[in-house]
Amino acid sequence: MNTDTKIIGTPVPKHDAGIRVTGKAVYGHDIVLPGMLHGAILRTKYPSATFTIDVSEAKKLPGVACVITADDIDTNNISFKRDHPVIKAGEVNCIRDEIAAVAAETKEIALTALSLIKVKYKKRKGVFDPFEALKPSAPKINKFSIGNFKNKNIAGEFHYEHGNLEKQKKRSKIILTRRFSLPRMTHACMATSNITAAYSQSDGKLLLYSSTQVPFLYQRDMAHALKMNPSDIRIIQPVIGGGFGSKLDMYPFEPICALLSIKTGKPVQILYSREEEFIASPTRQPMIIDLTAGIDSKGNFTFREVNVIKDNGAYTSWGATTPFVIMQAFSSLYKIPACYFHATAVYTNNVFAGSFRGYGNPQATFALERMIDMLADEIGMGKDEIRLINANEQGEITGQGLHYQTCGHRQCLESVIKSSKTKIRTTSNERYKKGIGFASMLHVGGGAKIYRSDGCGSIVKIDPYGFCTIITGANEIGQGSETVLAMIAAEELGIALNKIKVINSDTDIKPWDVGVHASRTSFVAGNSLLGAIKKLKNKLNAKARQLMNEPSADFIYESGYLFSNQTRSKIAIDKVVREMQFTEPNELAIAFYFYEPLSEFQDKEFKGNVSGTYAFASQSIEVEVDTYTGNVRVLNVHVAQDVGKVLNPLLLEGQIHGGVLQGLGYAICEELLMNSGMILNSNFHNYKIPTASDIPEIHFTPIETNDRHGPYGAKGVGEAPLIPTAAAITNAVCNALGIELLELPITPERVLRAINGKQTSRTKKNLTVRNGK
Amino acid sequence: MKNSDTGSFIVNFNLNGKDVKAEISASTLLLDLIRNTFNMKGTKPGCNEGECGACTVLINDVPVNSCLYLAANINGKTVTTIEGLSCNDGSLSAVQDSLVKNGAVQCGFCTSGMALCIKALMFEYENLVNSKLTGKKPKLTENDVKKWLEGNLCRCTGYVNIIKSALELINNVERKSG
Ligand code: FES
Ligand code: FES
Repeated sequence: MNTDTKIIGTPVPKHDAGIRVTGKAVYGHDIVLPGMLHGAILRTKYPSATFTIDVSEAKKLPGVACVITADDIDTNNISFKRDHPVIKAGEVNCIRDEIAAVAAETKEIALTALSLIKVKYKKRKGVFDPFEALKPSAPKINKFSIGNFKNKNIAGEFHYEHGNLEKQKKRSKIILTRRFSLPRMTHACMATSNITAAYSQSDGKLLLYSSTQVPFLYQRDMAHALKMNPSDIRIIQPVIGGGFGSKLDMYPFEPICALLSIKTGKPVQILYSREEEFIASPTRQPMIIDLTAGIDSKGNFTFREVNVIKDNGAYTSWGATTPFVIMQAFSSLYKIPACYFHATAVYTNNVFAGSFRGYGNPQATFALERMIDMLADEIGMGKDEIRLINANEQGEITGQGLHYQTCGHRQCLESVIKSSKTKIRTTSNERYKKGIGFASMLHVGGGAKIYRSDGCGSIVKIDPYGFCTIITGANEIGQGSETVLAMIAAEELGIALNKIKVINSDTDIKPWDVGVHASRTSFVAGNSLLGAIKKLKNKLNAKARQLMNEPSADFIYESGYLFSNQTRSKIAIDKVVREMQFTEPNELAIAFYFYEPLSEFQDKEFKGNVSGTYAFASQSIEVEVDTYTGNVRVLNVHVAQDVGKVLNPLLLEGQIHGGVLQGLGYAICEELLMNSGMILNSNFHNYKIPTASDIPEIHFTPIETNDRHGPYGAKGVGEAPLIPTAAAITNAVCNALGIELLELPITPERVLRAINGKQTSRTKKNLTVRNGK
Repeated sequence: MKNSDTGSFIVNFNLNGKDVKAEISASTLLLDLIRNTFNMKGTKPGCNEGECGACTVLINDVPVNSCLYLAANINGKTVTTIEGLSCNDGSLSAVQDSLVKNGAVQCGFCTSGMALCIKALMFEYENLVNSKLTGKKPKLTENDVKKWLEGNLCRCTGYVNIIKSALELINNVERKSG
């Protein structure tokens, strides 16, 4: 591939920023269709109850077009495990549960109608602790659950192992056991959840304006829920106001909106209020991680033994598959001779968890990177040294079968170690203490084969005016995929960026793509587009040879021209296209390509090279702790990330900054608080996300390992920056104070408790074993 | 101006440089008036409870959360929304251009509010410079900018490039006022 690029690697501003910065971008909230009704959903008052419902008064209210309950609809269950009824019948199991829905002429009428619905509840005790749910005496929480598990409240189990655990335990000089506890964090996308449905009774077609990040999976899920043909459902994505994984699943409000439209024959829109967004959109999985790990006398890691309990909530989302990623971190981040991993997702009457940027990896990385610091302390090694000794290497095939054809782990570590000053721990009787913490991460960097195809289709065409249209399966959710694709086309075809259009938001038009997840878009969609461009250039080249009478010429595409490599004579690209199109044998300047990454499915034991490439990153973070108040201030964050190749430094930086700040929120302030199944902090006042005054200095060093499978050598980047952040911040706080924190977020209260030597309640079961070698 | 039959008011105000009039009820919020009556969708509803800043507009050049502002109080005032921030010929204003060039826009849902808040900061700063009360040139630090933007939440960008934009714009004001 051509290595001296002109556009790739330059800070091109976002292709679609203009409409966003002028207020012209149309988000779901901005859609108005003729005759549109407004939908609203009635949710249960109690997290666990049986109920009867009477909607007769609501139906009578003037302006109400339709009221539905479970009795009025014929749907299949939704969710990853099809254990989630669209509207609940007679029984509710978490505080999000939908029990009725209204469509009315205005939002106000719809809300008034909800208040007229009479519900009689018979409260039940509810089970809110996964360990309680696993007791034989616990009631069965989800009656639709399937699978053959040893306990009725298990939603899913994952088991993985490699190496000889017992042998490695014997070899170990130090063995530590700790219990880590991770909170519910919510996406808090700036645009709340939204959908507009328009059903046409004349032809039975359903049009959905939906902010999904996986439109083709969504189309299939919607069809399953509504018992329709998937192809009768057309999904158009409006501009999406934040995704971060929250839009990987389809949720009940979406088929509900479709049903309201089907019943009324009119377009219906549902917009969540902010409170509803906090209550009814999914969260990052809360987890309890029991980790035992060992180290030999030279500082080599010997084994990891992991048991994860995930609070699944009442229903099962895609998030239940996060153990795929969690086990990868435990089995393959740093060299690990033996690993035993078991994860259990347990039903409770809490709100259900979904998928969130990082997909289980921030939790796993928190546990394992905290553990590394504790092992270093026990054996008396530097926190930097111990990581360097065990760092992953290029060419390594891990116990799980991940093949690191390129690997920047060591360079990442060396970079952040160098750029942060070590040994800044201050003396003991000052109020403010500083500390430094390190953490690394491993994540898929070239998609992840978890669905039947991890591929992406592209169509590229050039019109007679020399403009290029890219029709891609890939989705834009704010991350910049449109820009990167436009840059690739500009680079390869020599067409100016402002002459490139990207069409990517309509399932009736665009070719298949599995969706935005696993940091896959640049890699998979980029390779797909390159494939299509190559085919298109073959056609253009053939025509140009004929037109220029240079039968053996090759062409360089630049500034709207094809330059012959033999004579340096040139021909305009639009001229070539016109000649193709308007003279015999008339042909279009269009080509398509389907790219499927070379990754493999993992086998039953979860072994196999699941991604086209792997991304690595390290962070070193400096904090200052106020020992009087317990307040943590993050001062400096050094990020080194193996991105393969920088495609666009401006966009890349944006992903790093945004990711780090989400990781900072996860570390120090974000937790969706629950008490007996009720959410306690359903607004921005009580659920604090970081603001402009919370930002640290972020110093970013990209590490380029030029992966030969990536477009121009690039790897996925989107999720990585938040994965090690919480671990590194907590390590820094522990380093500053000489304490042991095992739980997130590290609120002032938790810091003060730890200073006073009190363990918090959820994290016991900690053990140290020293072998006398 | 109150119509006693329907309980509605007429308000007259200036919206993005044009004198306009609207019939509203006592409880109409400025955000809804702008989005629904005037059909300008650039002002974003992020929370409708005064916590996120996405709905920020300028009222007489001062940033206000339009989701908390009763439209009844707008009579006689001047409102600038994101639609009014672009130059007359439709090209990007300095604030918008700077946000784009600095990579300060990702999903964009916070962007209208951020842009107006930064615009207001420029006005503030200009006023400070012009008032010449202190004799020496007023200085805006990075921390001042961060504090100023504290009420505007962004989940995508980590704020870094937004702050960079704001600082650049302020420096330009400083240079021009020489
Ligand atoms: S919508 Fe007004 S502050 Fe959030
Ligand atoms: S750019 Fe998405 S919220 Fe700011």
